[in-house]
Amino acid sequence: MSNIAIETDALTKTFGDFTAVDEISIKVEKGEIFGFLGANGAGKTTAMKMLTGLLTPTSGKAMVSGFDVFSQSESIKKNIGYMSQKFSLYDDLTPEENIRFYGGIYGLDQHQLSKKRKELIESLELEKVRKKLVGSLPLGWKQKLAFAISIIHEPNIVFLDEPTGGVDPITRRQFWERIYQVAEKGVTVFVTTHYMDEAEYCDTVSIMVDGKIEAMDSPDNLKKKFKTNSIEDIFIRLARVAKRGDR
Amino acid sequence: MNSFRGFVIKEFKQIYRDTRTLVVLFGMPVLMLLIFGFAIRNEVNNAKIGVLDLAKDEVSSAIIQKIAASKAFQLNAYLTSYDEVESIFREGEIKEIIVFEKDFARNLSRSGSASIQLITDATDPNLANIVQTYTNAIIADYVQELNSNSIPDVGIKVHSKMMNNEELASVNLFVPGLIAVILMLVSALMTSISITKEKEMGNMEILLVSPLKPHHIIIGKVLPYLLLSVVNVVTILVLAKYIFQVPFLGSYVLFFAESILFIVTALSLGVFISSVANNQQTAMMVSLVVLLLPTILLSGFIFPIESMPLPLQVISNIIPAKWFLVIVRGIMLKGSGILIIWKETAILIGITLIFITFSLKKFKVRLQ
Repeated sequence: MSNIAIETDALTKTFGDFTAVDEISIKVEKGEIFGFLGANGAGKTTAMKMLTGLLTPTSGKAMVSGFDVFSQSESIKKNIGYMSQKFSLYDDLTPEENIRFYGGIYGLDQHQLSKKRKELIESLELEKVRKKLVGSLPLGWKQKLAFAISIIHEPNIVFLDEPTGGVDPITRRQFWERIYQVAEKGVTVFVTTHYMDEAEYCDTVSIMVDGKIEAMDSPDNLKKKFKTNSIEDIFIRLARVAKRGDR
Repeated sequence: MNSFRGFVIKEFKQIYRDTRTLVVLFGMPVLMLLIFGFAIRNEVNNAKIGVLDLAKDEVSSAIIQKIAASKAFQLNAYLTSYDEVESIFREGEIKEIIVFEKDFARNLSRSGSASIQLITDATDPNLANIVQTYTNAIIADYVQELNSNSIPDVGIKVHSKMMNNEELASVNLFVPGLIAVILMLVSALMTSISITKEKEMGNMEILLVSPLKPHHIIIGKVLPYLLLSVVNVVTILVLAKYIFQVPFLGSYVLFFAESILFIVTALSLGVFISSVANNQQTAMMVSLVVLLLPTILLSGFIFPIESMPLPLQVISNIIPAKWFLVIVRGIMLKGSGILIIWKETAILIGITLIFITFSLKKFKVRLQ
């Protein structure tokens, strides 16, 4: 078995004459936290959708968890977890029901389901609200729950699309502690973010501008290369030349 | 299978928790049936009419007697001259005035034809139309009687018979149409909204990333609405039978089979709309305009297809509700069996298959 969780080679997605993702080549090792940075409209979400099998790439190659995104997307689906920008919990179900539903979708049996349910409710400290509807919970709690649910089937790789948008720094910090816990168990974490302080938590950071990857290395190496001590600085320098605005 | 069951359970929970959905699902059908049943009526009861009898002979008085005996009319005024017509209509009570020409009986026996003039108050054109139709029917009936007896034996026997819907009771005709409208509303509208809601909230992405197959997602979303629609059909049928005494002459098995066929048609339309629309509002607007309006206006539910201009008549052929209406009216009011309505059924099946193919295709394309 190779030590590579995700590998792409000149992966491209075009919509008509618009190239959303332009020949990106990345390599993510197992158990790594891979930060995927980019301004709005840079193509982060499109790239992630290709890797999760939601979109078929236009050209290039990509292997996720050892499977080809073109021909083996069904096998990929069994091995990955995904948390979208909208967290995708059902607001009109309780946390327990959400856990049961998503667990069921990933094929957990009754026994596993009740075990997981107990485990998650306990570790997320949701005992008091387990009978309340998710819609009434604070954003930070929803994010925690959505993350826990995205890895309910113990995948090899988890994709997080801007998981910490809109919450305070303390909650974000707590969220990242969970990401570390998961990564320690050997799960590869592929995460997009806007927050540059979060980029520092990653093992590898890639910065995407106008569909291309302009820089990719560990945060420390990047800082050395660009002779600065903040990732934010690098990001602004690279993103300033971007032609695409907000979409 | 376990995951599929979980999907259906979740769907039921969501429906059960959303009060608005519940009201639309179960309140609307009952409300609509009651409104259509009680308020909107096409038949005439005790319409007040007047008579201007310039002949005053035995034939004219026989016809007058016959008309006055009908439940539809109430003879309220005897006019003596044409001059009174306008002022009587102005009062607004009298809806129709029947004028017998002078020497009515003599004309009839001599030349074989005599004329009656029907003057109706067309401020309510719909009512005027119906009143005229009724009067015509009674007179035609009388003429037939005359012809069957060589001696003009008038008699007092008032006998008016129409086929299938003797009293022309509108509720009998409305119920099948109403079933079609409600099934469209519940099946197509609600499904398209609930699927686009998953899209809007981002849940659909997760479902698509999961190992669940697209057809599992579709069936899982659609199955609860299929069951609820059947419940609605039963509700309407029970209300129609016990509150409005609508007759049911045909087979219940056939009726439910046809209803389920129509529900599947509506559901496939709903899925199709949800694959085109990206949010709930769009889904709702598209459903209302593309599905509900034609179902109400072009299916023959309210306006008879025969009296539409040709282009609309042609369009009505692609409206599933048109065929369903013929089928259900046949089963309920005429007791038609499958041998009589097989053609309409086949057309409905064809339309359904086309829509299912379309929506499955569309749903898959969107994944790519």
